[in-house]
Amino acid sequence: MTEFFQSLGMSFEWAWGVATIAGILLIALPLMLAVAMIIYADRKIWAAIALRKGPNVVGPFGLLQSFADGLKVFLQETIIPSAANRGLFLIAPIITFTVALIAWAVIPFGEDMVLANINVGLLYVLAASSLGVYGIVIAGWASNSKYPFYSALRGAAQMVSYEVSIGFVLLSVVMFAGSFNMQTIITAQQGHVFGFINGFAFNPLLFPMAVVFFISALAETARAPFDLTEAESELVAGYQTEYSSMSFALYWLGEYANVILMCALNAVLFWGGWLPPVDWAPLYVVPGIFWLFLKILIFFFIFSWVKATVPRYRYDQLMRLGWKVFLPLSLFWVVLVSGYLMLTRYGGVL
Amino acid sequence: MGARNRREPCRRCALPLSRSRFLQGSQDNVIQAFAFYLFATIVIASGALTIVSRNPVHSVLWLILAFFNAAGLMLLIGAEFIAMLLVIVYVGAVAVLFLFVVMMLDIDFAELRAGFTRYLPFGLLIAVVLLCEMIFAVGVWNFADIGPDTRMGTIDPDMPNIEAIGRALYDRYLLVFEGAGIVLLVAMVGAIVLTHRERGGVRPQNISKQIKRRPEDATRNTQPEVGKGVEL
Repeated sequence: MTEFFQSLGMSFEWAWGVATIAGILLIALPLMLAVAMIIYADRKIWAAIALRKGPNVVGPFGLLQSFADGLKVFLQETIIPSAANRGLFLIAPIITFTVALIAWAVIPFGEDMVLANINVGLLYVLAASSLGVYGIVIAGWASNSKYPFYSALRGAAQMVSYEVSIGFVLLSVVMFAGSFNMQTIITAQQGHVFGFINGFAFNPLLFPMAVVFFISALAETARAPFDLTEAESELVAGYQTEYSSMSFALYWLGEYANVILMCALNAVLFWGGWLPPVDWAPLYVVPGIFWLFLKILIFFFIFSWVKATVPRYRYDQLMRLGWKVFLPLSLFWVVLVSGYLMLTRYGGVL
Repeated sequence: MGARNRREPCRRCALPLSRSRFLQGSQDNVIQAFAFYLFATIVIASGALTIVSRNPVHSVLWLILAFFNAAGLMLLIGAEFIAMLLVIVYVGAVAVLFLFVVMMLDIDFAELRAGFTRYLPFGLLIAVVLLCEMIFAVGVWNFADIGPDTRMGTIDPDMPNIEAIGRALYDRYLLVFEGAGIVLLVAMVGAIVLTHRERGGVRPQNISKQIKRRPEDATRNTQPEVGKGVEL
């Protein structure tokens, strides 16, 4: 894009600056629209599984429901509890929302379509997702209220726990790809299995890790069945209890932006990102962004499906799954994968 | 093909080549200096606020901000791997646990302030010692007659950050690195041994027993006669 702005007669520095800002807007604005539509899709899928109709009043097929909801919360009064810590109370939802957006900078949408093609892209995503916990913890503490505080403690422990196993899962992917760069990880998946199937997940050695990553992603975004931070039967609405109006809407948007991000990560790391599923020339005529969106939507459907069908975990079960099942399994898998690569790719142990 | 090449990241600073060329251009120093002073100011300011804040939770949050901006400084000198690790490990995990503990503490502020003057001499002493050490370290680093090889650990400038660190850790300092790992392992085991205690009178959950339990084990279907009920 820098070249385009340069061709308009700008100097390189200005063109680069304008191109970067344009790139950010090109990602963030459609993302917000996508979040609105995906909330609608979530409710529709959930309703269909529960044999209900779901939103069907606002606009054709209820398509404008999210916008109506957005307008509603926008017009509401922002209530700040008198005992709350004002500054932190207001900063918390902004943190959640911002952190949900920044990770998108390194997600590749196509062969040349990535805002920041950095060497440590995967670590950047991991860093951004590890920051997400602060929105919840600060909100819980600043609300100065019991249930949000419990929720914050739960959220902190849950996210830190699952990040550990996510880290190890990512390591096995990184070892196969030989890089932390997101584009390199995607191109390494081209023809990965039998020379024509794109995607690490089709490799039997990596498929279990794809499953572990998916479940950990559910826990990391605090989606059902791991939504203990907002378990309404125990904690009212969890950390969001004291929030209203736009500060509440920011949580909403941030949460769903995070969910889409996790779907995109699933697609990029294990299912070939913007590559078509099979390495067959006619499929490359379709733009890569289409394949990525298709995969994101499939994963989002599974997210909703899980939400509608699986009952909520108990907290001790959640912790047990993270520390006693996923952590040893993924740690073992790192050893297994590195041993396999040592034997096959790097020509034996010695 | 030309477009592809420009997309390829500069190996040294992880920015795309087009951007690193931009940084090496005329405005190089201005932008880098601006970013440096921005990050450095925030690090120092939030470091100071960490100490000055009356509320311990605020202190931890300022500390987190300091970590975050320190990561920005690391990025500026091209140590992107360390910068990301700083955010993942310190901001994402250590500081969260820190915050976790501090939030649950019931702190008496009056007592805290009374302690401040009592421990002030100690604190000052430690600060002076640390300052002297830093001055010595930087001084030796700058003026001693060490070759560039020893200083940089013979890192090839064309090598990506992660690879360079990997070479140093798993090649040159392998034994030391593994020794550090063992020390950490011992510390971890020690912490678990110290805090883990068997308590009587609790009924721990046996997960496999829970999963194995079937409805037939717990319920039975009977047809009691009228007025007789079920005997247990």
